[in-house]
Amino acid sequence: MSSVPTDFRSRRGVADRAFQGLSVGAGVVVLAVLSLIAAITLQKSWPVFRDMGTSFFTSDRWSPPDNHFGAAAYIYGSLLSATIALVLAVPVSLGIALFVTQVAPRRVRRVVVSLMDLLAVVPSVVFGLWGILVFSTQIKGFYDHLHSLLGGIPVVGGFFGAPQGRSFFTAGIILAIMITPIITSLAREVIDTTPQTDREGALALGATRWEMIRGAVLPHSTGGIVGAVMLGLGRALGETIAAALVIGSSAQITRNLFGSGDSMPATIANQWGEANSPQKAALIGLALTLFVITIVVNMIATGVVQRSARRSQGLR
Amino acid sequence: MITSRRAAALAGVLAFTLAAAACGSSSKSTSSTTSGASTSTGGSTSAPASSSPSTSPANLKATLNGSGSTFVKAFLQAGIASFTKANSGVTINYAGGGSGKGRQDLAAANITDFAGSDSPIPAADLPTFKGGTVLYFPVVVAPITVSYNAGIDKLQLSSDTIAKIFQRQVKTWDDATIAADNPGVKLPSTQIVVVHRSDSSGTTANFTSFLDKASGSGGSGVWTLKSGSTVQWPTDSQAGNGSTGVVQLVKQTAGAIGYVDYSDAKAAGLKWAQVKNQAGKFVDATLDGASAAVSGAAVSADLTFSAVWTRGDASYPITAQTWILVYQNQTDKDKGTAMKAFLHYLLADGQALAPTVDYAPIPKILASTAIAQLDKIQLPA
Repeated sequence: MSSVPTDFRSRRGVADRAFQGLSVGAGVVVLAVLSLIAAITLQKSWPVFRDMGTSFFTSDRWSPPDNHFGAAAYIYGSLLSATIALVLAVPVSLGIALFVTQVAPRRVRRVVVSLMDLLAVVPSVVFGLWGILVFSTQIKGFYDHLHSLLGGIPVVGGFFGAPQGRSFFTAGIILAIMITPIITSLAREVIDTTPQTDREGALALGATRWEMIRGAVLPHSTGGIVGAVMLGLGRALGETIAAALVIGSSAQITRNLFGSGDSMPATIANQWGEANSPQKAALIGLALTLFVITIVVNMIATGVVQRSARRSQGLR
Repeated sequence: MITSRRAAALAGVLAFTLAAAACGSSSKSTSSTTSGASTSTGGSTSAPASSSPSTSPANLKATLNGSGSTFVKAFLQAGIASFTKANSGVTINYAGGGSGKGRQDLAAANITDFAGSDSPIPAADLPTFKGGTVLYFPVVVAPITVSYNAGIDKLQLSSDTIAKIFQRQVKTWDDATIAADNPGVKLPSTQIVVVHRSDSSGTTANFTSFLDKASGSGGSGVWTLKSGSTVQWPTDSQAGNGSTGVVQLVKQTAGAIGYVDYSDAKAAGLKWAQVKNQAGKFVDATLDGASAAVSGAAVSADLTFSAVWTRGDASYPITAQTWILVYQNQTDKDKGTAMKAFLHYLLADGQALAPTVDYAPIPKILASTAIAQLDKIQLPA
């Protein structure tokens, strides 16, 4: 009789230890993979950093025949197109998430949610091909219109210069369509976790629906929403094929949002096939730069999420 | 009883259908085997390796994998199709991916058995080839067109003019520079839209190599972007992905000009310019012009050469070439034997396929030199 619980305990001990080993192992694998990626890309791209120094980040001249590799235009293009994507996608995504969780009747909600999920699984090359064959040719008229309307205004006009169909802005729009489902579905999950009591309390105090959302829902879910936005940003920064097709492939730094540019992943995809050794090193250098930028973005996001979590705990 | 009999009958029918289906597919493959064998032993002219004394096609059995140049892909596919039809024991796969990828795969020595490359191996990359000495076998050449969409019937361009257009120094079609190349032709005042490749490409390398040789620092000095598979194009130009991407942009943009592989330009019905060659003649982009360009090229002992900007009145100056790269020391007897037979086919009877897929055959002398080089390939005992 007494041996049974001992057996049971010891068996559970083994299982516990096995599980602990497994989860520690999984954690170590993640770290190992990340540090191996960092180490190998640094090693393979070392020639370009050795030859170019900091001008790899500051020069916008990328000329493989001279072995001169300046990535500034690509970094700029990645950041600009991702920023445009965020500016367009975040309000829409939050709007959809709030509509679905707070406003829409259940039946509508189910349809909208499944449509958004459907949008999330469309492969990026489909967006890219649609972008290059249909969208970039159609949108140019709209750009032309904006250019003639706003192009003449001092300072502001510079952002609306001579338009190209394939441009920072086109890439931004395509990326926005691609990241909207991600941000929406994550934000929806977070908003759904707002305690019913908080919402009812706000309404009971006489708040309108908007005041309830602003006072109860948004403060509760700020951290999660920031996390969702950062995941979307990560996707927009790393998106390769769709950006490669619609951004225009021209290495330039311009504040003209309708000008063509290029992004880091698009450049890697475009130039890898026929690259010689120094150019390969430079392309891996681009990959490393992108890797570092995404890590920094994620660290900032984690910080924001933690701070807002602490704050909301302090409030409660 | 009845049910079991019915079940048996059903099973019989099912078995028969399956057998018939299996028979159908296998008989197809066996028939192609036998017919292939019979054509090759029967000595029909299309039987490739029958003229090669070193190999008997009937017992070739190997799978060859290659990757590299997309420029040569259509020709290789045609060549592979007719070679493997006559040698059913051989399977040849050719994945594109670009010359750079082809060379890289071959360098690793156990990924592919051959590579297609539009340019020789850069000196810096030679030590990376683990399998030792690499042999070059030129297979086809083709012109690169300067295609345009400007409502001009016949356009003539010199290298300096092309250099100025692609560097955005000449911005309208009725510019005096273009007019000087086209006396008596009425040129429109349309803006020029320059279209180049967004992906790194052997076509870009050969096109810029032409400009660099003809108008670079050694010549008039007009062309300053040098040459390579990626160069820094002016920012106010357009980029298309792949040859087809450039074709699409040229076709849909009034005033556009771009460099496009001959077969793609022809398939898309684009108009292209006659380009002034080293002898001072304006030459149309034709397969004959490309063949003539190779005849005027200086071929090194390892059979590498450059077909751009070569001598000869009939030479089209922007001509690209592709080599098949294989290791001199083959490690597998069956593969090596099949490789030799395939290369022999491409250099002999296969040359007749070239014009059917819009490539020019290499000159006969070069082909026979390349066939002689096949003897250098070492097979393991």
